[in-house]
Amino acid sequence: MNTATLPASPSAPAARATPAASAARLPLLSQPRFQKIAYPVAVGLLLLALWQGLVTGLELPPYLVPSPILMVKTLWTDWVALGTSLLVTVKVTVLAFVAATIVGVLISFLFVQSRRIETALFPYAVLLQVTPIVAVAPLIIIWFKDPTLSMVICASLVALFPIISNTTLGLRSVEPDLQSYFVMNRATRVQTLLRLRIPSALPYFFGGLRISSGLALIGAVVAEFVAGTGGTGAGLAYQILQAGFQLNIPRMFAALLLISLTGVALFVLMNWLTRLALGSWHASETSSD
Amino acid sequence: MNREEPGHLAPALQPPSQPAAAVEVLSAQKTYPDGTQALLPVDLSIRQGEFVTLLGPSGCGKSTLLKMVAGLLEPTDGRLHLWQRPVARLAETGKKMAFVFQSPTLMPWASVQANVRLPLDLAGVPRAEGDARVADALKLVGLERFAKALPRQLSGGMQMRVSIARSLVTEPDLLLMDEPFGALDEITRHKLDAELLDLWQKKNLTVIFVTHSIHEAVFLSSRVVMMAARPGRVVETFDIDEPYPRTPDFMVSPQFTRHAKRLQDSLLRASAHHAEQETP
Repeated sequence: MNTATLPASPSAPAARATPAASAARLPLLSQPRFQKIAYPVAVGLLLLALWQGLVTGLELPPYLVPSPILMVKTLWTDWVALGTSLLVTVKVTVLAFVAATIVGVLISFLFVQSRRIETALFPYAVLLQVTPIVAVAPLIIIWFKDPTLSMVICASLVALFPIISNTTLGLRSVEPDLQSYFVMNRATRVQTLLRLRIPSALPYFFGGLRISSGLALIGAVVAEFVAGTGGTGAGLAYQILQAGFQLNIPRMFAALLLISLTGVALFVLMNWLTRLALGSWHASETSSD
Repeated sequence: MNREEPGHLAPALQPPSQPAAAVEVLSAQKTYPDGTQALLPVDLSIRQGEFVTLLGPSGCGKSTLLKMVAGLLEPTDGRLHLWQRPVARLAETGKKMAFVFQSPTLMPWASVQANVRLPLDLAGVPRAEGDARVADALKLVGLERFAKALPRQLSGGMQMRVSIARSLVTEPDLLLMDEPFGALDEITRHKLDAELLDLWQKKNLTVIFVTHSIHEAVFLSSRVVMMAARPGRVVETFDIDEPYPRTPDFMVSPQFTRHAKRLQDSLLRASAHHAEQETP
């Protein structure tokens, strides 16, 4: 990983050649990259086999615990309804995540303008974080009426805090000597922000994004439990509720699977974005272990 | 030039033909709000083109003094002038100052080239002109092949060279260096010391260099300001009246040893004095 992201430079070739060459000589089973994928996959397969074995062996009825095979079958047969719902949930999640990112970053910029502003407003950001969204959701639905908008607002509120706190911390985490260097060279406020504060904040910001992407999905599902409607606007939470009422447990599991996969996909996407932005320079992405 | 008596500061001994001082420290002192005396009043005058070293143990206020000259710290009392103007009004003199920190202090996200161009970017120099000057500066420190590299791909010594290139790219008149090679291994430090002397002569710089190494001070300086700790103060100043360019041979010469011995004795006297004060 380390070697792959190195840009060409006169010092690089020697360093680049060694790990790659040694990795090629190792048997496949001992290669770190192979292990990173193979180990979790092996655990997953083992658990699935155990699950399938228990369901078949103990003859558990599908309305209690469906087997993994039945779950996948249901996913296939109910794909039209589940796929449509998946799109709705993903839409709410992405909109909320984007909104939380934009608002969170703007609030952070406001906070770092002065300690006074931060001191005065930070407790309210915490208040936002500690108030359970389930408790606030009915109020938001009454205010905004439109279910999609209400859900997006609820999910944004859940996803907002990590972005505010991480980005604020990042914008303040400038190396003191580098800060002095900017002062000595009479850098303007804007120059310091663009050339020093924002790049210094990026690792923290992306850390916040990673947490918030997961929270946005959780927020979207929770909000739909409270605010959701059926019909074309039905998301995965609605499918789970309906399946519960109808004791259609395989379908409930299929919907759960889709939610989990969406979460994993978001996490992978955030990791990829982080590597894209920081890969070449930041220690969190350049260390090899 | 005559060697000064201990405790006797430079200005009084300056022949009238000397150019006006580049740096003047007039009874500048630093006391922290809790009453700690970081630096007792210092009087110091540095001529254009001098290589002056501030030498002393940790806590002697050498970095404090340097940061006051740089305008990064305000003296509690007293004044500092650069070319007859207060530090904050350096721009009026048309002279430029650059500062090299103890660590390379580079932007890890930016290439060597972008790091060196930073002071020009901040000053609004057009990109094309900036790049040409950056190329010259990198050539001076021998890093022209590494313009596109990121700081983390370079060794500590090379990163320090980038930091020096960044300070030279503005064509400064006064170069302030705060233990710049303190974190490097001895061999690399000797090499960079020699390169620095070379640049100092080539560029007609005035250098104030902070170090805690007697050998580095003797090798580099035309004048050494000996400082002592608790409270931080200037003890005496020494002229190192040896010709430049100084080669590695100078480091094993009897003159070198003689200068080093004088500095060491002074350092010991200062700390003995301090010990007497401590013991009732």
